[in-house]
Amino acid sequence: MAERVANREGIKGMANPTRYGLERVAYWLQRISGLGLLAYLIGHIYETSTILNGKIAWNNMLSLTETPGGHLVLVLVIGMCVFHTGNGIRLMISEGGKGVGKPGQPEYPYRASSLNSKQRLCIWVSIALAALAMMYGAGVLFGD
Amino acid sequence: MRESIIMKIHYGTALGAVALVAVHILMRLSQKFSDSLQYQNVLANYHFLPYALMLEVILVLLSVHGFNGLRVILLELKQGATYERAINYGSIAAMAILIAYGSRTILMAGMGIS
Amino acid sequence: MAAITASREEKPEPTKQTPPPAPAVESAPKTITLRISRSNPSENSAAKFDEFQIPVQKWTTVLEAILHVKQNLDHSVAVRYSCRQASCGSCGMKINGRPRLACYTKVSELDSNVITVEPMSNFPIIRDLAVDFKQLFSTHKKMKPFIINEGSEVQPGAKEFIQTPNDLEKFLQFSYCIKCGLCNSACPTMATDKSFIGPQGLAQAYRYTADNRDEGKKGRLKIVDQSHGIWRCHFAGSCSNVCPKGVDPAMAIQLLRGYLLGFRK
Repeated sequence: MAERVANREGIKGMANPTRYGLERVAYWLQRISGLGLLAYLIGHIYETSTILNGKIAWNNMLSLTETPGGHLVLVLVIGMCVFHTGNGIRLMISEGGKGVGKPGQPEYPYRASSLNSKQRLCIWVSIALAALAMMYGAGVLFGD
Repeated sequence: MRESIIMKIHYGTALGAVALVAVHILMRLSQKFSDSLQYQNVLANYHFLPYALMLEVILVLLSVHGFNGLRVILLELKQGATYERAINYGSIAAMAILIAYGSRTILMAGMGIS
Repeated sequence: MAAITASREEKPEPTKQTPPPAPAVESAPKTITLRISRSNPSENSAAKFDEFQIPVQKWTTVLEAILHVKQNLDHSVAVRYSCRQASCGSCGMKINGRPRLACYTKVSELDSNVITVEPMSNFPIIRDLAVDFKQLFSTHKKMKPFIINEGSEVQPGAKEFIQTPNDLEKFLQFSYCIKCGLCNSACPTMATDKSFIGPQGLAQAYRYTADNRDEGKKGRLKIVDQSHGIWRCHFAGSCSNVCPKGVDPAMAIQLLRGYLLGFRK
């Protein structure tokens, strides 16, 4: 009820990547990939810890992860990792006030200079690099 | 701790992790991927001190970066003094647990205890 | 004048002295469906949509369509408006799912025969389309939106502040904020974080910090450098995407953050 009165969009609104352009899509992808990578990190640390239980335990773990499903997850992780890195570097630079344009007299139709073509290019490059890395990763993992 | 200091740590851990994870992945690709995961090869990685140290640093960097990122998301989802304190301390605890658990593997495998 | 009243047959040949009349503006009125969100939290009534058929011309704004409903169909629709020219920031609302100023949005530019208007998200609803700006004004005030300077020009013996056009350009854009709240409504952090300062407040913090007459930078940076302050902005850019005055709050926030990261002095 409290949220109803506050009229906040809530998680649904925050997680909705549509409506506000590519930058909002990048924001959404950055969050999703970050959460995905953290989940993978925890899983990976658990997975590698089985080496302490000897060769049989390690091989049992490999039989679970070295499967087409496991490889698919790894391909996704590669994509998330590359996008999160590329877009993260863009954000770090922008958040230092670089590459967001210079303040000036706004003129109709008031296109925001912080949402400039350089920013968009960086987002597209991050997506493209992630796609390329996923293809390369898939080649290595499924080509074995 | 001021939020700007926390975020500087967040950025720093990200940059450090990018460089070291790249090395970690390249090591996997130095031989056939499935071979690199063979028991003896993985154990050899842990026995090689510089590599084990690098894994330890990656573990710390990614745990700090990852759980701080999660903390940020959780702080934005809900507010309130008790909740926020729980999230802040919970994140530190989660970081510490993950680092301790990962370090145990690196240390014990490196020393050949299994 | 004669050329306008003359019939087609009598129409004189245009001469250099009397230019030809401008062709009459042709615009067939069309009818659209206006869906207005109706709710009254004080009566705990559930939100519902009322539909109205409205005749519109190509220049009709959404505000005019709503006022048509108030004048002719249902006078109980609650809406806040004032200047009708995107200067007062009163008529912000969600139009077809996106925060916009109703007076600044023409029905024709929406490319739809169904227009849905709802109260702005992330603001408490007073009734129907009118929302409460208490939090926005309160965070705006917290940013100390005034020049802080010991040698204020109102003191006796003080001289005027000299400012070059370049100095002015550093903050002028951000002083065009009309506090309409569209940026706060579009911000993804504001969607869940009720303690977040928001793009409006942060942009105003930068506006005064960047002013070379101001000496309150340290204090303002301390205010924004907290757990629900500037670091909860993730540069999704939605605020700048919807700003009707070209203020570009996202740019202001990143520039302000530059001070905290040490990239700017």
